[in-house]
Amino acid sequence: MLPLDLRPGYHVNSNTPSDEYLIPLRLTWNPGPLEASGFAFPQPRMEKYSFSEKPLSVFTGDFQIVTHFKVPANAAAGPATLTGKLRYQACNNSMCLAPKTLDVTQQVEIVK
Amino acid sequence: MSRIHVAAASAALALLLASCSRPSSLPSELKSEGQRKPAPNFSLKDADGNAVNLTDYRGKVVLVNFWATWCGPCEAEIPWFIEFEKKYKDKGFAVLGVSMDDDGWKSVRPYVASHKINYRVMIGSEVVSQQFGEIESLPTSFVLDREGRIASNHIGLVDKVDYQNEIVKLLEDPKTVAVPGTGAGVFAGLTGAGVRTGQRP
Repeated sequence: MLPLDLRPGYHVNSNTPSDEYLIPLRLTWNPGPLEASGFAFPQPRMEKYSFSEKPLSVFTGDFQIVTHFKVPANAAAGPATLTGKLRYQACNNSMCLAPKTLDVTQQVEIVK
Repeated sequence: MSRIHVAAASAALALLLASCSRPSSLPSELKSEGQRKPAPNFSLKDADGNAVNLTDYRGKVVLVNFWATWCGPCEAEIPWFIEFEKKYKDKGFAVLGVSMDDDGWKSVRPYVASHKINYRVMIGSEVVSQQFGEIESLPTSFVLDREGRIASNHIGLVDKVDYQNEIVKLLEDPKTVAVPGTGAGVFAGLTGAGVRTGQRP
């Protein structure tokens, strides 16, 4: 589970943006001891902004992305570190910030 | 069966950093002559591969717009700029769109076509961004007077009428400016109904 916190007044495009040119929120995990098998994003909000004629599919405020992992049969029991990248692009009602990619890290315990 | 336990709840990632908190610009008035600084020159390629040098536009009022295809507020301004280009081109005005899209023409070319953009568009660079004071937010626009000086700048979406008022004021400025490369030649501003455009793009 990756908790995210947006500054008030800002939004990021959801993982399924409503326009082909918009940059989706995307989480990827690097190859490691576990294999990502799926993601669960929250339900996007359809928000209307002054700059857009149509509502946009966005996330705002605090939310979480849940990743489901497969544990390979040969995975060693014990602590492991997962690393990945979160790509997002944020805007407020009048301006946008350049897309960014953040490194993310998650400590897990593999139990046999 | 193997299971995983999340060892520690990770702190929420704050997605917006302090450096990204520049305030949006308020409707601005044109800077006084004494406050205007020369715009940095750039040389960027347009969609046809032709070099666009900002200094070639000396003698014109120029709106330099930093934008991107993924920027909704930028898209809102594009119809205004198309209109300005049509309306004021013959009076000595030009819009230059500098795209900050990472993937360059791959995204920009179809976008320009689908939005029927009638002004010159180039792909920007980090260097050009830095020259203009580190462009962090889009849209960011600079309105230049006929002498190539920054008469106003806008960060974020502002009213169309603000741009229009500034452009008209600058076009009507009766001051004359020297035309580079023409010796003592003088470039006249708006005089009555006509404008001398000289050898301008």
